[in-house]
This record gives sequence, structure tokens and C-alpha cells, in this order.
Amino acid sequence: MNISRKWLKEFVDIQASDREYDEIMTVAGQKVETTTRLDAELQYVKVGRVLSMVRHPNSDHMWICQVDVGQGAPVQIVTGAQNVREGDLVPAALHDSHLAGGVHITAGKLRGEDSNGMLCSIQELGLTRNDFPEAAEDGIWILNGEDCAVGQDVNEVIGNDDSIVEFEITNNRPDCYSLIGLARETAAAFNVPLKLHEPVVRGGGPGSLPELLDVETPDPDLCLRYTARMVRNVKIAPSPKWMRQRLRAAGIRPINNIVDITNYVMVEYGQPMHAFDYRYVKGGKIIVRRAGSDRELTTLDGNLRKLSPDMLVIADETRPVGLAGVMGGENSEIVADTADVVFESANFDGTSIRKTALALGMRTEASAKFEKNIDPMLTLPAVNRACELVELLGAGQVLDGVIDVLNYIPEPVSLPLEPERINALLGTNIPEADMIEYLRREQIPVADGMIQVPSWRPDLRRMADIAEEVARFYGYNEIPTTLMRGATTRGGYSAAQKLENKAGAAARAMGYSEIITYSFVSPAGMDLIRAAKDDPRRNQIKLLNPLGEDSSVMRTTALPSMLEILARNYAYHNKAARLYELAKIYLPTEGQELPREPKLLMLGAYGPEEDFFSLKGAVEGILSQLNVQPCRFEAVTDDPSWHPGRCAALWVGGKKLGLLGQVHPLAARNYGMDCAVYAAELNFTELMTVLAPEKTFKALPRFPASSRDLSVLCAETVTVGALEACITQAAGDLLKEIQLFDVYRGVGILPGKKSVAFSLLFRAEDRTLTDADIEPAMERVLKALEEQLGAVRR
Amino acid sequence: MKEQLEKIKSQAFEALEQAKASADLEELRVRLLGKKGELTAVLKMMGKLSPEDRPVMGQLANSVRAAIEEKLETRKAELAAAALEAKLAAEALDVTVPGTSRPLGHKHPMYIALDEAKEIFIGMGFQILEGPEVELAEYNFTKLNTEEGHPARDWSDTFYIKEDSSILLRTQTSPMQIRAMEAIKHPPIRILAPGRVYRKDEVDATHSPMFHQIEGLVIDKGITMADLKGTLETLVKSLYGEDSVVRFRPHHFPFTEPSCEVDVQCFKCHGAGCPTCKGEGWIELLGAGMVHPKVLEGCGIDPRVYSGFAFGIGLERMAMRRFQISDLRLIFENDVRFLRQF
Repeated sequence: MNISRKWLKEFVDIQASDREYDEIMTVAGQKVETTTRLDAELQYVKVGRVLSMVRHPNSDHMWICQVDVGQGAPVQIVTGAQNVREGDLVPAALHDSHLAGGVHITAGKLRGEDSNGMLCSIQELGLTRNDFPEAAEDGIWILNGEDCAVGQDVNEVIGNDDSIVEFEITNNRPDCYSLIGLARETAAAFNVPLKLHEPVVRGGGPGSLPELLDVETPDPDLCLRYTARMVRNVKIAPSPKWMRQRLRAAGIRPINNIVDITNYVMVEYGQPMHAFDYRYVKGGKIIVRRAGSDRELTTLDGNLRKLSPDMLVIADETRPVGLAGVMGGENSEIVADTADVVFESANFDGTSIRKTALALGMRTEASAKFEKNIDPMLTLPAVNRACELVELLGAGQVLDGVIDVLNYIPEPVSLPLEPERINALLGTNIPEADMIEYLRREQIPVADGMIQVPSWRPDLRRMADIAEEVARFYGYNEIPTTLMRGATTRGGYSAAQKLENKAGAAARAMGYSEIITYSFVSPAGMDLIRAAKDDPRRNQIKLLNPLGEDSSVMRTTALPSMLEILARNYAYHNKAARLYELAKIYLPTEGQELPREPKLLMLGAYGPEEDFFSLKGAVEGILSQLNVQPCRFEAVTDDPSWHPGRCAALWVGGKKLGLLGQVHPLAARNYGMDCAVYAAELNFTELMTVLAPEKTFKALPRFPASSRDLSVLCAETVTVGALEACITQAAGDLLKEIQLFDVYRGVGILPGKKSVAFSLLFRAEDRTLTDADIEPAMERVLKALEEQLGAVRR
Repeated sequence: MKEQLEKIKSQAFEALEQAKASADLEELRVRLLGKKGELTAVLKMMGKLSPEDRPVMGQLANSVRAAIEEKLETRKAELAAAALEAKLAAEALDVTVPGTSRPLGHKHPMYIALDEAKEIFIGMGFQILEGPEVELAEYNFTKLNTEEGHPARDWSDTFYIKEDSSILLRTQTSPMQIRAMEAIKHPPIRILAPGRVYRKDEVDATHSPMFHQIEGLVIDKGITMADLKGTLETLVKSLYGEDSVVRFRPHHFPFTEPSCEVDVQCFKCHGAGCPTCKGEGWIELLGAGMVHPKVLEGCGIDPRVYSGFAFGIGLERMAMRRFQISDLRLIFENDVRFLRQF
């Protein structure tokens, strides 16, 4: 909501500078977004009198003017305009002046003659003929009729000696979408009187209103109140300068006296109004109804609007003539020969208006106000104010009487003032008398401990609402600052959150950096990672109104998100990347309203340092930090997202809890990456259910260990995992550690075979082991290897 | 014989003095003191001496031997020290060569900022809570006193999952207030609920359809607006320094009453107005207020017995200010050159 400081003065007399005003209003609860000086643009443009004009010697159309700008000697200015006469008052932009649109004027020579400035048209001053209808269409703006004096700043002539204050109005204060509402707030914040004016209409126009006009409201749920008056023998003309200036300051284009009056009243009262040409209200009947079977209406702006049956329209007996609360119809517009006018001042259901405006993409000043649910009590004073202005401007004859259809029962609201509870909520000690005084400043009367809530304050319904009013004028910043007392609570992280922190720290220790990716993704991601057509992860939650296809479903895997980020880094020519995310996925769950939202630990990497084992090492490191139960890795050869020979499933406690490996080169290529890409997707939420018992200290070994190296020859198909499992099982309790140290293929080894070497560490807790202890174990190992895996000692 | 011994001693000292390496010393030791050494050879002639001279010469010979041995040890130590010095000199490095990198990963700056905030509130007894992002409109709006028809519910502002507008992507972390009250039931409640939220905004330098908020909620007997001020002032001063100037100003949220917004005086211009604060002198930090009695009632908490406050902080803005990040898109771009800086 923008207001003019000059216009505001009509209601409250304050002298505060713009900055002081902004600060005081903001702290009192009406936040000022910006304040703009209207005269910031035009600089050093003065009213001048043309003393003499002579033909330019080197031009057939230019004039050399001597202009008195009130600075002693006249200033010589060359102009090409033909509408200037000696003795005229004109806007003269002097040397080093600024005009609309950032134009900078300096002294110079025009065809050899000195010109120390420029005479201006209204366009050059940022105006249109709507603002100043008497100004020349083409040529210099002659100021003779503008009541101004030589040397005066042209900003004053235009009415630019004003500041426009833009307020951020909150939803609960529809009354502040008006000048009077903000004047009321200003008066309360500055503790100065509010000067309100009661409209007085003389009336007496020819004819009887009830005979001329009838209003029906068959849809009372959408039309709370409909108030109308009529004006006859209207003389359409421009409105007077003071009205045009105020409208311009409020950001509204002046049009003609009748339309300007409706806009003027809207700014003052916050009540949108509409004026119909009575000629086009067929049957003298206004029917406020849902559009129903009427499909179209051409609005004032000349656009044909498609109506839906639920939209509220203003109709005559035959057709819609306006879109209620949004915009009037072209078919009943005020035009130059309009003679009789109907003023509509109504109150429509906010939600209905908002939906209509939204559906048609035409949020207007009027609809923006109605959608806040403005005070239905406003319609009558507003329509009276409009009629008063008609009489003031001599724009027509107002008929006696008002049509006022009331479809709601106004119920006065009163609340007890509860000073103790208010102080208890605020943590203050404000006397009751002060509270009553704050409310009085806001025009809210308190009598016998009861607050009489005005109709324009629908936000005041309970003690807490009153507490806010008291706090606002006591000052939020005057409320003391205390620390909570009462029962202490044990704060902190849950067990799961601690594990997340641990996992993150472990991932970072492994060189992986944290990323944040969107939860909604493109459904095409499932194709990019080559997921099977019947992959259950394709059952994704769909947004019904996404921003676009590429953010239209909730992810069921984080692999596409990770690949997208890796690919972006790859495209940026970053040589390597190691990234992780603790990412939620969203899984539709049978029989539940809301999906499950488990977390994944997603790792991804590419670069010269990366291979399957560096990734696996990172995963193992993280699992060990988390103290997950012993796990095993099993080759996965048939998942289309992964390299068939370089992918493993992570198994813990009988559950498959993740996949890791090299991303299938075709999937990587789908993301534009031609290098090996590694990733791991671990079900973090499930991992937290398979933790090992908390670690406790185990005594350090007191007896030395003996180590044996074991090198075996086996078929290529026998995995290291199988060999390890076999050795561990056969060796018995004395074997404490087993470590792979070599896998060899090549010279000396038959094709299809490999040599695998382990280092075994034996130890007993109660004695130093001898060969006699270890040899039997080694024999069992060799036997088992040969029998179970066909592996023989090399 | 005496002269002979003296000569051996002086020659030995000279030779030892000139020895360059410990190997030379060993050679000298054998030559001088060994079984076939010079001194031994002289001693072998002792038998030819008169009994009177024998003890005198013996004593002399022993003292020569002792002197040579001592000198030998001294020289050994000297040479070892010199050798070590030479070795260390040879091992000298160019210490300005960069260290061997052991690349650690980096925490995302948003989560660095979040962790800072969490620590502050944990210190004040807050529990960290998480909840669903696909949420019921009931929790996201209705129970937060945001009725049907409220503009925030528009399909142009909120992402919906169900045609009847009953399930959506939460637009704020505030539904966690309701979930906390329903879960904990009996105050005291002190929770902090950070998380992802979603609004239908196109991506630009200050907007993203997905972003993060931190929700806080305190419910207990006798909680006042003064407590709200104290808690939030603690937060602001912990985050931005003890000398930060905080301003509370009235605002409106459907689920708090009274409501406020909290500004901190611009760090750059200290209130004078500059481009950082868009000329206002203040920077908006967060929204807060006393929990609306309707919200308490809806969760089965009697507003005549209990009161509380709630606040919501935009995490992106907080992190961007903390690290002076100029463009929101950098946060979600995840360029390693960006991540490495934190």
C-alpha cells in the first residue's frame, strides 16, 4: 500500500522527517518498505517567463528565447517548439538539470547560438495528458493556467513536493489498505489526533432512486453487502488538479471526474467502487449472481474473459456488465456522453474474488483489496463520500436515498480487558490505564473493562490479540529481555542424529564433501540410470502442480541426484570430486496416508584417485565408525545401473542394505560423463538398526603372536571373500587376523588361475604359541581350501 | 725408554688429531694399543729394566696408555658429532614446498551454519526434532490457524500431492510445532526442528523451490514474550557477536499472537543505511511470536495454564550472511570449488 505524505496530512498533522516516520511506523507495526521522494527525478527545472522570442538566424523553425527564471538576468534558451508566445510561463530546464528518464541537460550551442537549457513538454517531465489535460499534445507545456510564479521549482507545480511511503501490510489488517486506516495507525503511533470527516450529501437530484434502480443478490454467500447511489445529468470532464495530483501520487492514472472519484474514495477508505453508465443497465436492474451459463465478458481493459460458472458477476436483466470485485465490463463503461451513473459500493466474499482474479490472471487494485475481506461497514460512508465529491466537483446531481442490500448481520464484538493476563503473557507490568490509553489512540473504546472492537478490526478476538496491541504501543523493544525459567529440559541430539553426525564426519575424513540436492527430481532420472521398466522405485510420488517436469516427482533413489552433481562438476572441468549426501527418499507406503521418508547415505566420486576399492574402503571406514555389525559384500552382476563386474551389495545381519561400485558406463554417459564414476547408495535408516553392541575395552595381548604367510593357487572364479571365509572357519580360535597381501596372475600361473597370498596371525591369550600349536591349524586350512575351493598351496 | 714412551704419546696425539673418520680411529687404536701395537712393543721391553726402574716406567706407560685412550674417545665423539652434523646438513629440505595433501572432505556451509544454531539451542535445553516433508494440509495449515481459502494454500504457492489439497510438500517447518505438541503432550516442550521446506518459487539469486528452515518451539507454564526476546537475543548475539543490536518489530503470522519479526542492525553501516541492508539500516533475521491460543487448544494444551513461543529462521539466508555467499544458486549447485572453501 502506497500513501502520499501530503495527502496523509489531511488526516493527521505530523512533522516527522521521512526517516523518522518510517522508523516510528515500522516499530509500531506498520513496516515501511521504502519511501520515495517524487521530486528526486526532476532537478533544477524552474518556472520561467518568456520575455522575448526571435527567429534563429540559421534555422527555419527554431526560436531564441530570453527567459526570466527569477535569477536576475534572463537566460537564453533555444527551442524548436511553435506553441510558445512572448509572456508565457513555461518549464525551463536550466544548465545541469535532470529530466524524466535520467535525461541530463547542459548548456551548449544549437546551430551556433547559445542555449543554456531547454523548454520542456509534459512528457519530458514524466507526465501525460491524463495528469494535465490542458497541456499541449505536442509542444511546450504552457503553465499560464497553473497558478505558479516565475522561479518556482516545477516539482511544486506538478505536485512532486511529496514522499510516497510504501507499507508492507499484513494479512490480518485489511483496514490498513486505505489512507484512513494508515492515518489511524499514524495517529496512534505518534499519539496525535486523527481528523476524520463525515461525508455530507445534499442530494435532491431529479427522479426517485427506487423507481430507477433495483438490486438483487441471489447469491448472498458471495455478496455480503451491496450499496448503490445514483447521479444524474453528469458532465464528464477532467477532475480538478488537486484530485489528479493526489491520484498520481497514489500511483493511479487520472481518467475523468467520475472514474477519478471512485479511485479517490478507494484510496481514502480502502473500499473499491465502480461506476456504471445507467443507460446500459438494462431494465434498471442490477443482479449480483454467479456467472452460471454466461461464458464471456469483455472487461474495461478490452480483454475478452472466459467466465466459469462459479465466478461472481454484476449483471443486468440480460447479461453480465461487470466482474464483481475485479473489473467492470466494457459494455457499461463511463464514456464522454454518459449522463446517468450508478455508483456501486459493495462487499464481496474475499476468497471468491481471489480465486476469480487468480483464474483470470487479472489481480486488480480492487480484487487485491476484496481478497483481504475488508470491513462491510465501509460501503455506505464510501458511496456517500463519492456523492459528496460529485457535488463538490459539480459533476452531476445526486439522487436522494441509498440502495443498501445487507446479507449479513453485523454483530458488535466486545472483549474483556484482562490486564493481568496480558502482563503475564508479555512479561511486563503495564498499568491498566496505559493499556486503555493505547487502545484509545487506535480509536478502540474501552468502557467498564470491556473493549468495544470496531468493525474494521476483525483481528481482535481474544486476549492475545489485545496483548499485541498493548505491546505495539508500549513498544516491543521496551519489553524486558529475560531467560526462561521453569522446569529444565534435557536438550540434545537423538541417537539417530548422533549417528548421522558420525557418518558425516567419517565421510569427510575419507575425503568426501557434503552436497545438498533437491528432493524432487525428474521422472526421467530412472531412465538415465537405466532402471528396469518394472523397477519398484518408479512408483514415485507425483507433484500435481510442479514447477516443471524436471522437478515433478519425489525421489525414491538418490543416485540420479548424485550423478547430476558429479556430472556438473565434470562439465566444469573439476579434475576430481568426492561427494556425499545424507539424503531422504520418499516411498509411497501401502495403507499409509503419508510416505515413508528413510535416509540414504549416498557417496559419489570420479577422478584419477578413484577405483572400486577406494570407494569400498571409504564405505568400510564409515561402517566401522558407525560400529555396524560385521558385514559382507556380494557381487551384483545384473543391476542395469551398475557395472556388471564392479558392483557389490552390502549385507548386514541378513539384510541387503546398499549397493556400491562403478556406475554403469552407459548410465554415466547418460549424464555426460565419459570417465569411470563410482557411487554407493546405503540405506542409512536401516543401518542404524544393525549396530554392534557398544564397544568396550579388551585387554591387550600379553603373549606374542606368530604369523604365517599362505599363498594358494586357485581358479579365477574363486573369490577372495570365499577364500577368507574358508580359512577363517578352518583355522579355529587361534587365528586372530587374516590379511590379503597379494593377488597374482601372469608368468608362472596358468590362464584361468590366480595366486592369492594371505598373511595369517595366530595368538593365544594364555601362552606363547609354538609350531606344534600352529601347524595343525595350517593343515586344517590347507585341507579345507583344497576340498572346498580347489585351492592348493603354491 | 722414557723418551720412547713420550714420543709414542706425542705421535699418537698428532695422528688422532688428524684422523678424519671413525674408521681411521679404529686403525690407530690397533696400531697404538693393539697386541702388536707400538705401546705393547715398548711394554714388552719392560723385562729388561732394572727392578727400581720397572715400577716407574710401568706407571709412565700406563699413564701414556690412559692418555691415548682418553684422546681416542674424545676424538670418536667429536667425529661422530661432525658426521651427524654433515648428515643433517645433507638432509636439509626446502620447507616452502607444499605439504603432502591428505584431502579431507568439507561440510556444506549450510549445515555448518545449521550446526552452529543447533549447538546454541542444545545449550538452552532444546531437543532436535525431525519430521515429514510430505505433510498433511491439516498440520501445515489448519492446525496452524491458517484456514481454508488463505492465500498461502493456493496451488500457485504450494506444491500439492493430492487433488483435494489434503497432502502437500510442507511450506514451512511450523507443522513440527503441532507434531511436537502431539508427541510430547505434557509440557515442558523445548524443541528445534530444522528441515527442508518447499514453495512454488522459480530459482533465482534469492529464491529456490526447496529451502530450509529452523523451527523452534517452547511451551511451559509462565513463558512470556520477554522470554522469547531473551532467547532470540541469545541466538543473535551467539551468531553475530555480543555487540549486535537487535530490534523486535510487530508482524503477523496466523499461528502466533503477538507476532514479531527480528532484525539485527546492519553490520556494515551500523544503522546508517547502505546497499547491504537496502538502505534500511536493519537486516531481517527471523519471524517469531507467542503460540496462538487456538493452536494450543487444537493440540489439547490449555492456554490458560500454558503459554509458549515459536520462531522460524530461514537457514539459507542465515548461511549466506554467515559466509557472505552472494547467490542462493551456489548453495544447490554443489561445485567442488565452492564446497572446498568451507
